[in-house]
Amino acid sequence: MNVLALLLILLVLAVVAALVSAPLRAKAAGRQPPAELRDAQERRDLEIEKAQKYAEIRELEMDLRTGKLSEADYRVTDRQLRAEAVDILDRLDRLGAPASPVEADSDATAS
Amino acid sequence: MAILGRACLILAFALALYGIGAAIYGARARKPEWVASARNGVYALFALLSIAFLILELAFLRDDFHFQTVIGHSSITTPLGYKGAAAWSSQEGSLLLWAWLLSGFSSLVLFLNRRRMREITPYAIAVLCGFATFFTALLVFHNSPFKTVANAPADGLGLNPLLRHPAMMIHPPMLYSGYTLFTIPFAFAVGALIVRKVDAEWISQTRRFSLAAWFFLGIGILLGARWSYAELGWGGYWAWDPVENASLMPWLTGTAFLHSMMIQEKRGMLKVWNASLILATGTLAIVGTFLVRSGILDSIHAFVENGNYVAWAFTALIAVMTVSSVYLVVTRRDTLRSEHHLDGLLSRESMFLLNNVVLVSLCFVVFWGTFFPLISEAVTGDKSAVGPPWFSKYTVPLALILILLTGIGPVIPWRRASWSSARRMFTLPAVVAGVTLIVLLLLGIGRKPWALGMFVIAAFALAVAGQEFVRGTRARMAMSDQHAPGALVTMVRRNRRRYGGYIVHIGMAVLFVGVAASSAFQHTQDVTLSPGHAVTVGGYRFAYLNATSSVTTRDGGVERINFGARMRVTKDGRLVKVLAPSRGYYPSTAPVAFGPVGRFFEGESTSEVSMDAGITRDVWVTVSPDGQWIKRVSDALDRRLVNAPPLQQLRSVGGLVAFYQQRPPPATFRVLVSPLVMWIWIGGFIIFGGALTAMWPARDAARRRVRAGAAAEVARDLGRA
Repeated sequence: MNVLALLLILLVLAVVAALVSAPLRAKAAGRQPPAELRDAQERRDLEIEKAQKYAEIRELEMDLRTGKLSEADYRVTDRQLRAEAVDILDRLDRLGAPASPVEADSDATAS
Repeated sequence: MAILGRACLILAFALALYGIGAAIYGARARKPEWVASARNGVYALFALLSIAFLILELAFLRDDFHFQTVIGHSSITTPLGYKGAAAWSSQEGSLLLWAWLLSGFSSLVLFLNRRRMREITPYAIAVLCGFATFFTALLVFHNSPFKTVANAPADGLGLNPLLRHPAMMIHPPMLYSGYTLFTIPFAFAVGALIVRKVDAEWISQTRRFSLAAWFFLGIGILLGARWSYAELGWGGYWAWDPVENASLMPWLTGTAFLHSMMIQEKRGMLKVWNASLILATGTLAIVGTFLVRSGILDSIHAFVENGNYVAWAFTALIAVMTVSSVYLVVTRRDTLRSEHHLDGLLSRESMFLLNNVVLVSLCFVVFWGTFFPLISEAVTGDKSAVGPPWFSKYTVPLALILILLTGIGPVIPWRRASWSSARRMFTLPAVVAGVTLIVLLLLGIGRKPWALGMFVIAAFALAVAGQEFVRGTRARMAMSDQHAPGALVTMVRRNRRRYGGYIVHIGMAVLFVGVAASSAFQHTQDVTLSPGHAVTVGGYRFAYLNATSSVTTRDGGVERINFGARMRVTKDGRLVKVLAPSRGYYPSTAPVAFGPVGRFFEGESTSEVSMDAGITRDVWVTVSPDGQWIKRVSDALDRRLVNAPPLQQLRSVGGLVAFYQQRPPPATFRVLVSPLVMWIWIGGFIIFGGALTAMWPARDAARRRVRAGAAAEVARDLGRA
């Protein structure tokens, strides 16, 4: 076997081993208390839900402006959507302030 | 370097196995460090496969004939660009490309979502590593691209001449990108089902990957169609070939998923359907790869080397994917219950549902027609296939409904629409469709009712899309002080997904107009002509002026011999163009089996199409020189030159080439006049422009990404609308 090739293989092996074992070597840094983790997860879910609801309300407004909806239909649905949005905000409030800034989902609002 | 490549593949295989174990252990034991280790394993997998792929590419580019795959698929005379692409013309090279793309896209999705979907991600990693294990196992144990020979030959067998087309250089990477990208939402759907977290998060976070998969697969399909039209010499762009169909099926179900996932995102509905749809799409992506690799169905595109083993391996993978998918959906049906119900039959949700039914029906038709040879063999013992007329019988009406729905859907709002507003929105498009119908009937298009139907429905869909842009721009102008172009740009930028979708709809309508026109009104004729003779097809006169012949050399060797014709095309006495079709003969790579001259005509041969493509019609010609004449003359030369020195043999080949030009035998031409073909490719460009618009990240979304979440309340957020 070519010595250079052997050295290269060993080098690749070492780099892969270092990369894969890095989180295991630094495992203490990655652990979060379970309750906090749950809250963070729930908050993230609600943020996504909120963003989707807002997108729905905006889209409804666009539908009204482009003539797809009558004023009466718009008012009924808009009231319903805003009530759902308020409910989401209430649930977010009940969770309290986040321990760390939560990333609001972006993609969900892009529709 | 082959040894390094082999080592990388073995390491990649081990790493993929480790990824499965570490991710599942991390999830079960609630040890995130193991999940992070598995994620890093995927990054490392990508690095290893990148090295392996680079080594293979370099071997092709440097003509390293120590590699068996380079000997089999390249040669010194292969042009440099095609040497680069030759890597994936082989079974082993294409499997490596698949695995490399899979690891790349897996790394990207895991990096982008490293702080999201903590419960789902471990299982998604396990699934992605499962795919990687499968492909690297094939590469390590059966189809290694790094097999070498001790004594390298002076030259290789060369790249299949049919693959020497620019579209073929990018067609396979595009298809594989589509297939591998579809495994991303597939993996996250499996993860979501395993942990019973089936809200819209996995859909939202992998949406761009689903859209990218659809985008790349679509480009791949269209490039394949273009190659078929410009290179294969039969005159069409779609032959319902099993490998073509294999790429179409996941694209159809993927299109359905892109629509129905919006219903889950907005309304929390159709969870079972969406999960089933993406699981089916992921499985069909593997079926597509399987059909190309296994050679189980006859196709001009299939790789059949070592077919049996690969066929069995893929069959096992597809069986595992299908059974697991069904099990997951059935056992999770309680958590997959919809959060809402349909508010009204006249709603965007209903339209999307209808669109899904049509797309899945189309997929079923294609699936049935594609696998009919196997089904008929299993039932009757005879392997009989269905042809294009069978496919057209079912797909044409379904395509008409589909385009009609692209016109109806955008106008109907979510939740419910009133009949009065629907009537108002449809008035203008209906008038446009009506006027189109009358004009086309006056032009005599009524004799082709399916084509007429497609033109009218496409006019309706285009009018709807145009109306949406105009009304949206007006609404935007009313909300701000912008002028029309500025309002249009702002409107599209603020809602890329919606308006990107409309652009895709416009492209689809345009593309189907091209398909309908070129299918229904094409004139085609096969005719044998001698120089000086002419034929009239579709109102164009094709006059065979003279024969042409040449020898193409590369790096001191004969790459191919070309026999062709010059053909003067006129319409109503006016010159349209002088076309020059030809047929290229590549020397056989087994010179011992044939004579010194005959070997130049016993290898592969390709048709070089000559056409005049235009906005309204394509004029298209291929030529087939008289094979019997070539055989007779080359046999006579072979007998005379069997013991002659190589230089004299080569001179005789030159003499034969000159003789063909001076005293050509009659040649057979395929002549085609096909309307609006150009619009198929234009439609394709529009579709991909729309898809890019929808995929492009929104600027304000990027800003939100870095901002804390709780600050804004409903009024302030909505104030930006």
